[in-house]
Amino acid sequence: MSVGAPRGLASSGQKPITEILHPLSAAEEPLSPGPDVTVTVGGDKEVALTNGTPMETLSPASASSLFNRLQLDDDLEADGRDLYASMETRDLFVTVDDPKKHVSTMETYITYRVSTKTSRIEFDLPEYCVRRRYQDFDWLRIKLEDSQPTHLIPPLPEKFVMKGVVDRFSEEFVETRMKALDKFLKRVADHPVLSFNPHLNAFLTAKDLNKRQGLALLTKVGESVKHVAGGYKLRARPAEFCAMGEYLDTFSLKLGTIDRIAQRIIKEQSEYLTELREYGTVYSSWAGSEQELRRPLEGVAACVTTCCGALEELSDNMSQDFLPVLREYVLYVESMKNVLRKRDQSQAEYEGRLEAAVLRKQEDRTPIPMEVEKCQDKMECFNADLKADWERWQSNKRQDFKQLLTGMADKNINYYEKCQAAWESLITLLQDRQTEDKTSETN
Amino acid sequence: RRLSAHICKELEQFVDFLDLRTNLLRKMEINVVEAEKRTGKNTVNMQETYTVYLIETRPAETVPEGGTPATPDTLWRRYSEFELLRTYLLVTYPYIVIPPLPEKRVSDAYLEGKVKNLYKFKFVWHKLSADNLDPDFVERRRGGLENFLLRVASHSVLSNDEIFFHFLTEGWRERVLETGFQDKADSRLKSLSAMFRVKNPDKRFTALKHYCDELNTVISQLLRVRARVADRLYGVYKVHGNYGRVFSEWSAIEKEMGDGLQSAGHHMDTYAASIDDILEEEEHYADQLKEYLFYTDAVRSVCRKHELIQYELEMAAQDLTHKKQQKEELATGTVRVFSLKGMTSKLFGQESQEQRESRLAALEQSIQEGEEAVKEKNTECQEFVRTAWEDIERFKEQKDKDLREALISYAIMQISMCKKGIQVWSNAKECFNKM
Repeated sequence: MSVGAPRGLASSGQKPITEILHPLSAAEEPLSPGPDVTVTVGGDKEVALTNGTPMETLSPASASSLFNRLQLDDDLEADGRDLYASMETRDLFVTVDDPKKHVSTMETYITYRVSTKTSRIEFDLPEYCVRRRYQDFDWLRIKLEDSQPTHLIPPLPEKFVMKGVVDRFSEEFVETRMKALDKFLKRVADHPVLSFNPHLNAFLTAKDLNKRQGLALLTKVGESVKHVAGGYKLRARPAEFCAMGEYLDTFSLKLGTIDRIAQRIIKEQSEYLTELREYGTVYSSWAGSEQELRRPLEGVAACVTTCCGALEELSDNMSQDFLPVLREYVLYVESMKNVLRKRDQSQAEYEGRLEAAVLRKQEDRTPIPMEVEKCQDKMECFNADLKADWERWQSNKRQDFKQLLTGMADKNINYYEKCQAAWESLITLLQDRQTEDKTSETN
Repeated sequence: RRLSAHICKELEQFVDFLDLRTNLLRKMEINVVEAEKRTGKNTVNMQETYTVYLIETRPAETVPEGGTPATPDTLWRRYSEFELLRTYLLVTYPYIVIPPLPEKRVSDAYLEGKVKNLYKFKFVWHKLSADNLDPDFVERRRGGLENFLLRVASHSVLSNDEIFFHFLTEGWRERVLETGFQDKADSRLKSLSAMFRVKNPDKRFTALKHYCDELNTVISQLLRVRARVADRLYGVYKVHGNYGRVFSEWSAIEKEMGDGLQSAGHHMDTYAASIDDILEEEEHYADQLKEYLFYTDAVRSVCRKHELIQYELEMAAQDLTHKKQQKEELATGTVRVFSLKGMTSKLFGQESQEQRESRLAALEQSIQEGEEAVKEKNTECQEFVRTAWEDIERFKEQKDKDLREALISYAIMQISMCKKGIQVWSNAKECFNKM
């Protein structure tokens, strides 16, 4: 990696390292300009296109600076509020659709079509269309997590499903999963930093993803190898990050409660539906023994049946659209908590090393080593990225829940509208018969 | 045939108009307005608590603009008195489908409904106490008793009954006991519970009985399932109330989203609360169905009475035939029918001419009486069939009209429920949009 002139880390909007006063002493010789903060990714292999051309693994700092080059003025904080770049400035559109089942001798699996439209120069063509399976999305997520440790990576839907319990190939399951994958990809594509990640580029464009075997070795959960497992203890978390943590804890509790309530409603509705079906059949059977009342009773039975259909639709929608999105947010919260933890680790590491270095300096005048500054960089980068991502996440969350809840309200309104229409047409039928009888009487 | 029945109806209406067969309801307004608890000593000198109902009557006349209606006459009656009245009517007019009374006791299903909802959701739909003094039960019964009186008062035959009039206006106990209907009631009970088979049943009555059995079964089923449906619907609505609480808690940690969430939560509470009134209203529909459930018993009662009369006719005819045969045998000397006299005369020698002639004369007398009896019974039967079938036709029309109207009002209730639902969810959606 080239050591360029010290320049501000765009993502943090902070001053260059040289200008930041060392917390412990001001009189010391100026710190030598640190290199671009690079994070060595343990065990990472280079992404390669099928034609064998290696690609540079960009460091997050240079990715940020790349972004900085493109965004001439505003710092990221301001941009965070403009979450989804307005349609005019958005230049990368992705969609996941068209699920297809593949059967081979070894296994059966589903692939999805991933379509891309873009005007970015990082892409050779303006349009791409590839097929990807869940494994590939998983690969992308891991790559992103590893290459952008300071950023919040959106979650994927659950990987493993109990074979006996859930039908992995049922229409509903595939549909639900596809929507979640689409959401995941869109979130990545809308992220000002993640969307420029070369792994994303490969994912969207390569004919065959050449995923390396090393995949299995990387753990997804918990601390990644690159962070020094040193058991550094965090002394004092800045208030804003504390607040984030508390918010996430409460928020995930509330999400859990809402999930349980929704499940309960679905259950109650299902039991209601069972009884309602029988209710309709009793009217039908009654109609059989009547003459004048036969049509009215059959009308009621038909009405009840219509309401049953509408109710079933409502419940299915809650199961397939509402609950999965809710659950995905629980995963999102977990991801965010994870990032907070990593940030804490980063701060702890820095503080720990700094303390050790200072002590040594006091003993034998050893200068503060480079690693300490690197740690400081890392931490500050982390803090800035996290804050920006937090704002973005909050905005997204607001939009997503607004959409989710208005959707739920809409479905309920639809349900009642359908039922109302059915009963209203029944009344017309019943009252018509009444006037019919009256006119026939006077004839 | 349809045309002539139609003309008959027209004539009937004309006749009614001329007040030749006065309908009591045209002359009098009847309401059962209130219920009260009383304590007193019963027949075995034990303290008991019972409910009395206030009957209000006043002449049905148009009230002038700005004027006040006349003060009604009032008196209190308890449920057992209504029962007595109905039994009197049953006995006195066996060919009429007598309107039913509301339930005597709180049913098991009623109790079950209360207990279930009390513990399931900790929302009390109805209070747990459910004896005959339970206010909700009493209120429903009050409505049912009023309905009973109105049905009787609007019946062309029943409304003219004097005892009924006295029931509404003044001391009737002595009068009703004077009629001696109690004895008739006892014998009726005995005969109706007796087992007998009619040789040539009237097809129309057989079909009617069969229809009543079916109707009874299907309405019972409908009432049961409807109660279960209501129970489930209650659950669905009430669980939504939990959204109210969680949205409120959630709004506390949000900034921009807070207000929208909080107000949406209130709407969820409203939604959950709305089911109580909805289900209360639906009980009226259940009551209308129940009335016709009990009506099937009244119709079956008429059929049974007809069967009894038919049976008695058959027995009388059979008896006559038997006697005629005996006479023939006595006259010709042939023994076809076994008789003790015949046996003994065979064993112990022929009877004297005198004896034979006296026996013949007695038989002749008996045959004459028998023929009278058969004629009477036949007339009775025919008259019964005529009047009963007339009332049955009236009943059928009433049933079709009432049930159709009940279905319409049920549909209206459902529409109202849908509209409320749309309103609440639209309000909630507005709040979500403001998040």
